[in-house]
This record gives sequence, structure tokens and C-alpha cells, in this order.
Amino acid sequence: MVTGVSRFLGARVAARLAADPRVERVIGLDPLDPPPALAGLLADVELIRADARAASGAIAELGAEAVVHLAVTSAPDPNSGGRAAMKEQNVIGTMQLLAAAQGADRLRKLVVRSSTAAYGASFRDPAVFTEETEPRAVPRGSFARDILDIEGYVRGFRRRRPEVAATVLRFAPFLSSTAETSLTRYFAQPVIPTVLGRDARLQFVHVDDALEILHRSVVEDHPGTFNVAGAGVLALSQAVRRAGRISVPLPEGTLSSVAALARNVGIGQIGLDQIDLFVHGRVVDTSRLVKEFGFSPRTTAAAFDDFIHGHRTGQALNADRLAAAERAILDGIRRVRAAATQDQEHASS
Amino acid sequence: MTQDEYHAALPGHADFELPAARAPKPLNGNRPGRRRVLPAANGPAPAQVEAAAPEPDRQRDPVDVWDQRVAAGLAFLRRRLAGAYEVDEFGFDAELTDAVFQPMLKVLYRDWFRTEVFGVENVPDTGGGLIVGNHSGTVALDALMLTVALRDQHPSDRHLRLLGADLVFRLPVLSELARKSGATVACNPDAERLMSEGELVGVFPEGFKGIGKRFSDRYKLQRFGRGGFVSAALRTGTPIVPVAIVGAEEIYPILADLKPLARLLGMPYFPVTPTFPWLGPLGLVPLPSKWLIEFCPPIPTAHLTEYADDPMVVYNLADQVRETIQATLHTLLEKRPDPFGL
Repeated sequence: MVTGVSRFLGARVAARLAADPRVERVIGLDPLDPPPALAGLLADVELIRADARAASGAIAELGAEAVVHLAVTSAPDPNSGGRAAMKEQNVIGTMQLLAAAQGADRLRKLVVRSSTAAYGASFRDPAVFTEETEPRAVPRGSFARDILDIEGYVRGFRRRRPEVAATVLRFAPFLSSTAETSLTRYFAQPVIPTVLGRDARLQFVHVDDALEILHRSVVEDHPGTFNVAGAGVLALSQAVRRAGRISVPLPEGTLSSVAALARNVGIGQIGLDQIDLFVHGRVVDTSRLVKEFGFSPRTTAAAFDDFIHGHRTGQALNADRLAAAERAILDGIRRVRAAATQDQEHASS
Repeated sequence: MTQDEYHAALPGHADFELPAARAPKPLNGNRPGRRRVLPAANGPAPAQVEAAAPEPDRQRDPVDVWDQRVAAGLAFLRRRLAGAYEVDEFGFDAELTDAVFQPMLKVLYRDWFRTEVFGVENVPDTGGGLIVGNHSGTVALDALMLTVALRDQHPSDRHLRLLGADLVFRLPVLSELARKSGATVACNPDAERLMSEGELVGVFPEGFKGIGKRFSDRYKLQRFGRGGFVSAALRTGTPIVPVAIVGAEEIYPILADLKPLARLLGMPYFPVTPTFPWLGPLGLVPLPSKWLIEFCPPIPTAHLTEYADDPMVVYNLADQVRETIQATLHTLLEKRPDPFGL
């Protein structure tokens, strides 16, 4: 059973599981109908249009062996209820789903999508988070707070059903050439607001690698909590330059109020979660993932390159233009100098 | 390609070319950095080529040094603008540090403080090491000079990765510069990660007690915190190299500390020096004291790994490091009778 199939990640995970011969039956659970773009993917998936509250019956009745919980929203969607609906889905939805899963006798496996936002953001944080690092303070971003709540429910579930293999995957922000998240929209803008005097270290994970990890955690057995991110680090300024965009550094306070204003007007989705990320940066240690799954996601730089390939329009400065400018300047200097030496030779002869 | 490598690659006349290329070094204080190249490229460049190479046939060399430098400078700018460089997981940008920060600090290091370094052979050539120093000077310039000393004097040009107070990482701009130049927050997970990756880690256990002390307490080591640096070294089996830095105490002598004002501004201390705050921004210019840096023989810790949580061992080892630094400070002070002498 897969939750959140009306969304990009959920639909793809469900489709991949349906195509795997080791999986008998895939049931998609979502309160909304999938959009037409994703409906094609879900041809082999049985859809149940219900929210998590109704799921309590469904899990036990269907005798589900594995539950993949992906119905976790990272940013409030003003079209479907904003922050209140987001919290309803993330926190209350997870609570009800796990309560239902606890009562399901045939359940063997639980996979929950979490995020590296679980580590919070503080000036005293270590540079690299391992799975054991505890957040130092309750984060101010709404998504990060939801993630902490969700992980708290999973901890409770593990205590009560120790025989179920519970996998928590803490994903770095997703990128790919086609996926649409608040971060891809941010990097697709021609002019990118950043925080003045801060250059956050960022890590990304490619959507295809995230799908592979999710798939393996369902068909194989990997209990525990894992960081999922591409190796290596991009500084925010470096990412902006690689994307060929122009950054506009704003003081943190100004950026927060501009972002809040933009949210209220309904344009842009930079929340406190993103601002925390851009102030503090977030880098995780993925050695446990690589060891347990035997699979290393492509590097952060490679994932970002793939994203750039899908978003060529709106580039102000790209590597080709810079290389051309470099050659032009160098040739110009050489010509001027060659002329100067010729003049000198004329003068001396 | 460095200048020497370039000359070595030239066919035939490589041998007698070498001294000519080195001529500009004593001429204007050795600053052949890329930063100087761009303004010089349009006008005075040909003139300087003549000055650097008095032999007439050097001028007609098809590829000359200035051309190479301009090309290297432009390539550097292009790489920076396109984001084509590497940053490690702590945010350390080796290219930017070597091309911009180090040459700027080196001017202070060599021309202003006339730094002399002893015992650099005590710093391991490869693998991890924990450099523990005395802290002084109101602003943590001693930490920066130590990084320049290791990059400049050490046979394998090692980068020192500093551990900074969280105040540094709380401030915008400063936190960005600190991360780019290889520093990170002083906490055990980061220190252990850096040391187990084989990096040289620099730590100043006195912290703000050291840099914020009065001028009358100069060269008196303050308390060494809780010895967290020792347990990090023990856990990773990294040798500890004590280092004594003489000279930083005199750059901004603290005559008084205005505690209420410091509390108001959220700073650990508010210094009053002979020039600050009386002369305004001019008071930020450090006094040109003579600096001596001595690296002491390393203390191996590989055999003590299981004692990392034993407070007695940790405390004794921290004390041993402290004694070594204090004793070395005294011998260095005898070598330097006049703080502002040459």
C-alpha cells in the first residue's frame, strides 16, 4: 500500500512497485484523484480514494504487508487549504495511518518518507549530520516541525510493533530535470534572492535515486533510519552560478518579510524552512545508507547538472558564454601587446 | 603551472633563465599574485616584462610569463563565475583560499609581523594532527597567521582547519568567510570527522578567555576549558602538536575591558586599547610586533584510544600540553627581547 499517489513521488513509486514481479498487488491511497499527467503511470495500481482516517479499515481488510507512507507535503499549497491542510495531512494523517498500521497483523514493513529538515538549524550544529544527531532546538519552519512530529510517531510505532521493519528515509531536497518542487522553482527564477553574508552548503538527491532507494526498502529489508543525499556539497552561491542565474543577496530579515509578503500575495513559496536552509545549510553523512543498501545516489553536483539541463531558459551567464568572453579578452590583450611591441621595434629601428 | 615548472619545460635555455624569472621577488616584496595581474595587463605589463628580464632575447619569447599570468587570472575568474570549483562538506573552498585569502594574509604575516617559524618539522607530513596553540591578541589574528605559517613553511604545504567559536558562525559575512577558509564550529563531531579524514586541525582551548585578557596578563596561559580537544584527539588516535605563538599579545594591547558595553552588544568583551576606540577605524590597525611561532614535538595518542572518556587521562594530557606551551612561550620570549624589534 502506497499513500500520496496523487503526487509526483508517490505515483512513480507505486508504478515501479507495480512493475516489479516480486510485488503481488499495489494499492494507492489518496484523498485526491491523481492528475491526468500521472494517471497513465498508475494503470496497474488499484486506487482507493480515501484519506488516512478511512485507511484504518483498509490496511487490516486488505491484509497489507508493507505500507509506504509518502503523503508528506513539504510546502503549504494555497489551492488546497494552505498550512492548516498541510499539517492535517502531515501530522494527523501520519498519526492515523500508523495507528491503523499498528492494528494490522499481517504488516511486515513500514517505509516513511522523512527529510533532512529533521536536524533543525542552529549555529552550533556540527557541519555534517549523522543519523544520531539530535536537533538542538525546535525548528521554526513548519515542514521541519511536522517532520519531527512524524518521526516521533514512527518511534512510538517501533516501540509497539518491534517485529515490523520500519525504515525512515531522511531525504535531502529532490532535484531532477522534470520534478517540480519549491526548490526547483526557486532555482528556475532568473534572479535568485539569497541571504546576505551567508553561503549555505546544500546537498540534493536525484529523484531517480530516491525512487531506487524507496523501491529497495520495500522489496528488501532495511530497518532503521537513513540519510539519503548525493555525495559532495554545493555552496548556494556556487549552485546559483552553475545554474547561470544571478543572485541578489538580501539581509535575512528583509528576505523573511519579502518572502512572507510574496506568500500572502500568492506568488513564490519561500518559507521559513527554506530561509533556515539558506542560512545554515545542511549536509548529511550517507555512509550508513551506502553500506546498508549497497547503492550510492549520484553526487549532488551530478543531480544539479541534470536539473540545469532541464532548465536552460532564463540563464544569464553560462559556462559557454563565460569561456567565449575569456577567449575574447585574452585575444584582445594579446593583440594590444603585439601592437605595442611592434611600435617599440619601429621606434628603436 | 608554476613559473619554475614553466621554465623547466622550456627547451634549451631553461637553466640560465631561472634567475631572471626570480628577479621580481626581492624587487617589490614578492606579490606576484593573480590579483595584480588584471590592472597591470593593459598598460604597464610590457614594461614590467623588460624590468624582470634584462636579456634582450627574453622579450621575443613567443610565450612569456605575463601572458601566462593573464591567462591564468582570466581562467580563475571564469571558473569562479561559472561555479566550476569544489567545496568540501565543511564549506572549505581550497581554490579561493589559496588564490585570495592566503596572499592577503601573507602580506601581514611577512611584511607587517615579520614572522619566524621554528620546528615546522614537528607537524606531520601526512595524516591527521591536532595543533593546539595559545590564544591572544583581541582579534583571532594568531589563528590566521598560523594557517599562513603552515601553508607557507610546511614542506607539504598543509592547510590548517581551524575550529572557531559559535559566535563566529552566528555572524553573517564572517561565518561565510570562516567556512570558505576551512574553519568549522568547535564541536567534537566536526573535530573527529576532520581528524579521521587526515586533516590538520587547529584549536585554541583558551577561547575568549585567551584573546580577551588584559595586556598585564600577557603570555600567561588561561584555563584550558574542559579538555574536549584532548578527548577528540584520543578517540581518533591523532597526535597533538602544541604550538607557542609569541607576538600576538602586542598587536592590540587591552588596557581595560568595558563589561557593561560588551554585554549590551552581545560580545564576550569590549576592549580598550591605546588606539581603540579613540582613533576610530585607525585603531583597528594592529601594532607591528615581531612574531615567533614554534611547533613543539608531537604527543602521540594512538595508544590511549580507550581512555578517551577517562577524565583523569584527558585532564592530565591537557595539562601536559598547557605546560609545554607555557614553557615554550618563555624560551621564545627570551629570544625576542624587544617586542617591536626586527
